[in-house]
Amino acid sequence: MHATDMTTAGTGGTALPTATLREAERLMTVCNSCRYCEGVCAVFPAMELRRSFAAGDLHYLANLCHGCSACFHDCQFSPPHEFDVNVPRTLARLRAESYAAYVWPRAFAGVFARNGVVVALAAAGGVAAFILGFAALVDPAALFAAHHGPGAFYRLMPHNAMALLFGGVFLYALLALALGLRAFWLDIGEPACTLADPLPLWQAVKDAGRLRYLDGGGAGCMNEDERPTDNRRLFHHLTFYGFLLCVAATSVATLYHYLLGREAPYPWYDLPVLLGTLGGLGLLLGPAGLLLAKRRREPAVRDEPSLGMDTAFIAMLFLTSLTGLLLLMFRATPAMGMLLAVHLGVVFALFLTMPYGKFVHGLYRFLALVRYARERRTHFGAP
Amino acid sequence: MLVVGGGNAALCAAISARRAGASVLVLEGAPKFYRGGNTRHTRNMRCAHDTATGTLTGPYTEEEFWTDLTLVTKGNTDEALARFMIHESKSMLDWIAEQGVRFQPSLGGTLSLGRTNSFFLGGGRAMLNALYRTAEGLGVEVRYDAEVIDLAVDNGVFTAATVRSPAGTEEVRATTLVAAAGGFEANIEWLKAHWGAVAENFLIRGTRYNRGTVLRMLLDHGVAPVGDPTQCHAVAIDARAPKFDGGIITRLDCVVFGIVVNKHARRFYDEGEDIWPKRYAIWGRLVAAQPDQIAYILFDAKSLRLFMPSLFPPIQAPTLRELAGRLRLDPDALEATVDGFNAAVRPGHFDDKTLDDCRTEGLDPPKSHWARRLDTAPFYAYPVRPGITFTYLGTRVDHRARMLMTDGSAAENMFAAGEIMAGNILGQGYAAGIGMTIGGVFGRVAGREAAAHARH
Repeated sequence: MHATDMTTAGTGGTALPTATLREAERLMTVCNSCRYCEGVCAVFPAMELRRSFAAGDLHYLANLCHGCSACFHDCQFSPPHEFDVNVPRTLARLRAESYAAYVWPRAFAGVFARNGVVVALAAAGGVAAFILGFAALVDPAALFAAHHGPGAFYRLMPHNAMALLFGGVFLYALLALALGLRAFWLDIGEPACTLADPLPLWQAVKDAGRLRYLDGGGAGCMNEDERPTDNRRLFHHLTFYGFLLCVAATSVATLYHYLLGREAPYPWYDLPVLLGTLGGLGLLLGPAGLLLAKRRREPAVRDEPSLGMDTAFIAMLFLTSLTGLLLLMFRATPAMGMLLAVHLGVVFALFLTMPYGKFVHGLYRFLALVRYARERRTHFGAP
Repeated sequence: MLVVGGGNAALCAAISARRAGASVLVLEGAPKFYRGGNTRHTRNMRCAHDTATGTLTGPYTEEEFWTDLTLVTKGNTDEALARFMIHESKSMLDWIAEQGVRFQPSLGGTLSLGRTNSFFLGGGRAMLNALYRTAEGLGVEVRYDAEVIDLAVDNGVFTAATVRSPAGTEEVRATTLVAAAGGFEANIEWLKAHWGAVAENFLIRGTRYNRGTVLRMLLDHGVAPVGDPTQCHAVAIDARAPKFDGGIITRLDCVVFGIVVNKHARRFYDEGEDIWPKRYAIWGRLVAAQPDQIAYILFDAKSLRLFMPSLFPPIQAPTLRELAGRLRLDPDALEATVDGFNAAVRPGHFDDKTLDDCRTEGLDPPKSHWARRLDTAPFYAYPVRPGITFTYLGTRVDHRARMLMTDGSAAENMFAAGEIMAGNILGQGYAAGIGMTIGGVFGRVAGREAAAHARH
């Protein structure tokens, strides 16, 4: 009777299909018997509402986890303890598995396992296609000439062709993302009406916008060791808000084009360029900081198989910004043609791989936060 | 100044001494992961306070704290010292927060403690990590795997400690000693000296490093003992738990919902005597008194979801006879016990939040509350053994945390804090969170006093 038969832990009854799910179930059973971490983030209070854990429950909890690792350092049972409780790493692995589980079309599930390679190939392919396309379709003299004034870009690629190509890939990405999110929502078992309730939606916007649960319950994220810092939150804010500013720049430019009839490129002091430059700087500093934080992350809590996917996405954001800012700096020189091809190639690959890479983490986590906000109100009566 | 130990009391002593200007070395016998003894398994601290705070739901006066302490110890405490501790506990909450420890509202499932006890955000290990960060930031030196194997003490005057570590054995000299190295609960041989062979079947809820070597040496050097060596905080925990360090997650809160039988399938105590927070700490000793130190909590499907989940799932069977088979109990004996119990249950209104009127009549031992027939399949069981949290034997101290010698004099430069002197306050019994109060208060006092002594 002294044997620690951990295989019997878990009260779910039905065997879960993957080893990661079974390990997550074991951990949630351990954690549910302890509950010391319930003030650390959203995962543990959500866990306490359950006594058994189906795959959908575990996928929900995995996407609720922000990976701050405070629970790992707070846990009296983390390795080398024989109970081997490593929640951040197990939930990181399960998150990656959940992206593959809900992907549309299903045939692309394997893309997540080899994500670094796939994204790198997409980026290289995108850049190559635009360079070759420009070389084949544009007069070589125009490709390597300096262009000035409104419409300079469109002498290399007609605006309608650009809008059609990028609009098309963007709509495809939206469709694929929406179908993945739908599958997630159905699987975690949350009713559709939650999405029509403004209170949990607004709460989730605030929680995601502040990265409320990346702070280890207030002390900070524990990335490198048990000393808390807030670096990852800062770099993620730079990345995320930089990205939003870039989206805003593109949206304003689109409005300029269609409503005001004003063609890019715009002068440096104009709104699209200001927004894009500010966002671009965030998208340089943020991803660089995140990449550094990832390299320094304590090996015990790092999920090695996800490293390729994580790095690929961070690198794509960084390259998008870098090529965009270079284009801005050298748009009046003969280098503009090649820089435009490279930038468009990277952005095209970013859009194309959006539903099949780390980009999805934000959307699944947002939905998990919506559900958690609803559960908090139902069970704890608190925002 | 030398601090032996690495838990709450040791770190509070080290920090308060360092803040008072002393140069401090902390010797922790365990490896870094297991640092802090039982502190790593704690979750709250009981401190007196006059008003509600952000994390405490109401006031808890010194007088009420004192009343609670006399109740749980049945008056078996040093009143002057206990009142001093309670008074000091008032400023402890702010002080410990200033050392970087964070609090949260009381944990789910422990609402009865929300007014009196302050819960550490992230639990005891998070609290320890904060104290270590602060201590090291202040310049306190900490060594792990550093076991003190000998103390040079002459007529109550400490001069040096011999330390064994992976790097070798060396002598460490210091002007003062703070012993905060805990009890001897993980020292099975020592437990057997008082309990006999039955101690072989005890499970130890904390780490294997709480061996009491420092306590033993101090007592051998003429420090006055306090507390009964057989007294310990013992609860009934899942028998499938590991021998050491199973912590909180192997505890079971379901005794009041069922019946408890021994290996002969016989009941031996009133499972519904009082509410569980007032009774859980007697069940370790009750099980220790049973043959082979094993017992089985039995309940049926009606009760499965009434208590906190624990690490191992219950053993389950569709009939009582099959359950007996799985537990290797005599099916006829178990059936007879359950039939007798079921026949004695009087009708009542079950309410797990109050001392309800569901009880047995004409049964020995009775079940005074929450008695319901075991009649709804499937049937469940948890095997339980005594789980030892900590021991009460310790070193006698005064209100400056100075150790007292067997001749009644105070040791010149030896101080004690935490479990190693908890017996001064706790002659018997326990109230949640009080171990951390003893450690924090006497740790801070010991550090302050030791630093003052080192200056003179």
